[in-house]
Amino acid sequence: MIKLDRVTKVYPGGTEAVREASFEVEKGEICVLLGPSGCGKTTTMKMINLLIHITAGKIYIDGVDNTKIDEDELRRNIGYAIQDIGLFPHMTVRQNIETVPVLKGWTKAERAKRVETLLELVGMGSGEFIDKYPSELSGGQRQRVGVARALGADPPILLMDEPFGAIDPITRARLQDEFLKIQREIKKTVVFVTHDIHEAIKMGDKIALMNEGELVQYDTPANLLYRPKNGFVEKFVGADRALKGLQLIRVKEFMWGFPPTVKTDETAQAARQRMKREGINQMVVVGEGRKFLGWVEWADLEKGKMVSEIMKPSSDVATVDTVLNEALSIMLSTRLNNLAIVNEDNRLEGMLSFDAIRKALSETAQRGESE
Amino acid sequence: MIEAWQFVIRNPEQMVEWTLEHLWVTFIACSIAVILGVPLGIYITDKGKEQIADAVLYLAEITMTIPSLAIFGFLMFILAAIGLPSIGFTPAVIALIIYAQLPILRNTYVAIRQVDPAMIEAGKGMGMSERQLLFRVKLPLSVPVIMAGLRTAIVMTIAIATIAAVIGFGGLGQAIWWGIRGARMDLIIAGGVSVAILGLLTDIFLSRVQRWVTPKGLKEM
Amino acid sequence: MRRQVVLVSLIALCIGLTVWVTSMDRVGIMFPFTWEGMAKHAQRHLQLVFVAEIIAIAIGVPLGVLVTRPGFKKLAIPIIGGASAGQSVPSMAIVAIMVPLIGLGFRPAMVALIIWGVLPILRNSYAAINDINPAIIEAARGMGMTRGQIVRKIELPLALPVIMTGIRVSTVVLVGSATLAALVAGGGLGEIILVGVFVGEPLIILQGGAPAAAMAITMGFILERIERWMTPRGLRVKAEIS
Ligand SMILES: Nc1ncnc2c1ncn2[C@@H]1O[C@H](COP(=O)(O)OP(=O)(O)O)[C@@H](O)[C@H]1O
Ligand SMILES: [Mg+2]
Repeated sequence: MIKLDRVTKVYPGGTEAVREASFEVEKGEICVLLGPSGCGKTTTMKMINLLIHITAGKIYIDGVDNTKIDEDELRRNIGYAIQDIGLFPHMTVRQNIETVPVLKGWTKAERAKRVETLLELVGMGSGEFIDKYPSELSGGQRQRVGVARALGADPPILLMDEPFGAIDPITRARLQDEFLKIQREIKKTVVFVTHDIHEAIKMGDKIALMNEGELVQYDTPANLLYRPKNGFVEKFVGADRALKGLQLIRVKEFMWGFPPTVKTDETAQAARQRMKREGINQMVVVGEGRKFLGWVEWADLEKGKMVSEIMKPSSDVATVDTVLNEALSIMLSTRLNNLAIVNEDNRLEGMLSFDAIRKALSETAQRGESE
Repeated sequence: MIEAWQFVIRNPEQMVEWTLEHLWVTFIACSIAVILGVPLGIYITDKGKEQIADAVLYLAEITMTIPSLAIFGFLMFILAAIGLPSIGFTPAVIALIIYAQLPILRNTYVAIRQVDPAMIEAGKGMGMSERQLLFRVKLPLSVPVIMAGLRTAIVMTIAIATIAAVIGFGGLGQAIWWGIRGARMDLIIAGGVSVAILGLLTDIFLSRVQRWVTPKGLKEM
Repeated sequence: MRRQVVLVSLIALCIGLTVWVTSMDRVGIMFPFTWEGMAKHAQRHLQLVFVAEIIAIAIGVPLGVLVTRPGFKKLAIPIIGGASAGQSVPSMAIVAIMVPLIGLGFRPAMVALIIWGVLPILRNSYAAINDINPAIIEAARGMGMTRGQIVRKIELPLALPVIMTGIRVSTVVLVGSATLAALVAGGGLGEIILVGVFVGEPLIILQGGAPAAAMAITMGFILERIERWMTPRGLRVKAEIS
């Protein structure tokens, strides 16, 4: 979706802010640009929508060299949210949000509908805010409007430069959670700048860790924590990274997507064959439309003929965004070695095994000892 | 242009006298304006005087917009009625005092009001009396802003003192006024140019002073 | 409330004085100006102010905005610095210097007033645009607004209140300075004042000065109202807090 190919930025005056950075952001993913202040995160991000011109290298958006696209047109199709928010103080919430739709010439009815949808999305849909001015909103509300405005014309790509930077930690955590929830719905390709490792691990599908203009490691949060590429990464993520991982990494990174399942109306024999093939001793039981119902265990397979007779109904589940240590504590309380991962409608999305987590943790522990 | 220069060269004492007169009336008017304006500005910052303060500041703001010739006329009328000299130095200096104290009054008020309440709190916490608070905390912190007001006042006074030549006060305005009445181009230019230079130089000088009186800790880093 | 009292009583005082003197049979050794005379001079006064002000706006606003543009930043220091230094030059000096350059009459008066009136407008227009939070401009750019759209939709609306303040200050100053126009035979209420000065009659000075004062106060008030009305509501809220 977004591909950087040996991108370099040298500012007039000679500062080499970014050196030969190459990475690719997949469609629908959040890519976090992480690193100490001044390492070139903002510069990298602004080259994507050409707010800053590229000195060398290329950036492709959906395979198209971005310098070949009309700049204003390019920017109208890339949502942009910044730290100081930059809400227009002389415009109402509505006018701010419909900025890009107006630029794109949407009709009044289309815009009205869009504004309503977006305010709903960011949890400000009561109609109470739509005609307020930014100065009449709280800091957190302004950030929400900033996000809504960036989503104005439903751009496929979203650039966010420390969007939750200037607010108190509690509100920030809430905004992060809300944004993740929104993202699950809208599935934008997001480039998200932060210098906060916690925020990066929490928000990112991938993290691009930068230092002094260079891309040091581009990886999943789990790999960054558990397989740091060098000393800088290790130091930057911190000595408590095993714990950080548990607190911050989300189930989706360790879960087994599309695990084998069995239906209630199948036979125990069918279940046995499948479990043998997959080499597992617990299997998920689903009902109509992949709704999660419970588990069958290898040891129980002899106890009846049909799956419905031998299954253990369960309602202990987690979602893809549950953090690992929460998932662990659910597993411990249910005494199961596995946990079903479902969406809001209780449809199965995956399965998390205790072994997967243990393996990752022991790897870190070993590395820690060998240091 | 050349004639104007010749006039200056031939009548140096006259030019110096006018300049001194101009500076003298500016000095007198601004000194009195400070003596009146600063205490009044402090007085109306007291709690419970918000309404009075608002009215006084508004009156000051409006008065500044009144054309100076109108004020001169008004003063001449009043002075004549009570039997004081109605032309020359007296109406000029009174009008200048009135004008000069407006920016001083306003800036004093604003300066004192904007002193960080935390600092006042700290002063109180150390056991300062109201008086000590005023002289040790509020006023020192207000000096730069009051000084800015004084600068405006002085530049304004120089300008209005020029106009006061019309009602018989001397100063450099006299050259312009005589020049206009007697159709003497040399006088008009000599007066106009020297008054312009006087205004510019004073403003430059005062901007230096302003920087100099700003306490080190308040200077921009 | 108190403000209104101050305002109304000052205007009433000025108008009262004007009416009082004009309706006198005799002032000392001379007749006061008649109502027609007053109307003629007041009209000329307003004409001077309005024409000069409109030209001053036409010069000051575009020039002030222009020097904030990237390509013209180098001009900003001399032009804006010159404008603020120029404000320390007494208006009477500007009027005086016009005489040898242009001569006597309406035109030198007009030119002096334009010069004097353009300074606050220029300064405020420049400051208004320059003080806009860069994050706002960057956000606008990031959303794909063209340069023209940023100027029209963001910069000008945000700068408008401050520019309007410059225009108000300039207009009020011009009403006062226009009384000096009479010195160079430019006409206006200053002419009545001058007559008063020549015959040494304060009441005649007042007959010209009081209506000029009423004019300045009223215009200041009206323009302040317009200014407030033109301030976008989103900015007004903030202004009230601060
Ligand atoms: N407009 C600019 N001109 C010159 N140097 C700049 C400019 N913007 C940023 N830099 C420099 O480039 C480097 C990277 O800056 P930036 O991308 O803003 O870092 P980050 O967002 O990671 O804090 C810094 O050294 C910064 O000083
Ligand atoms: Mg940055």
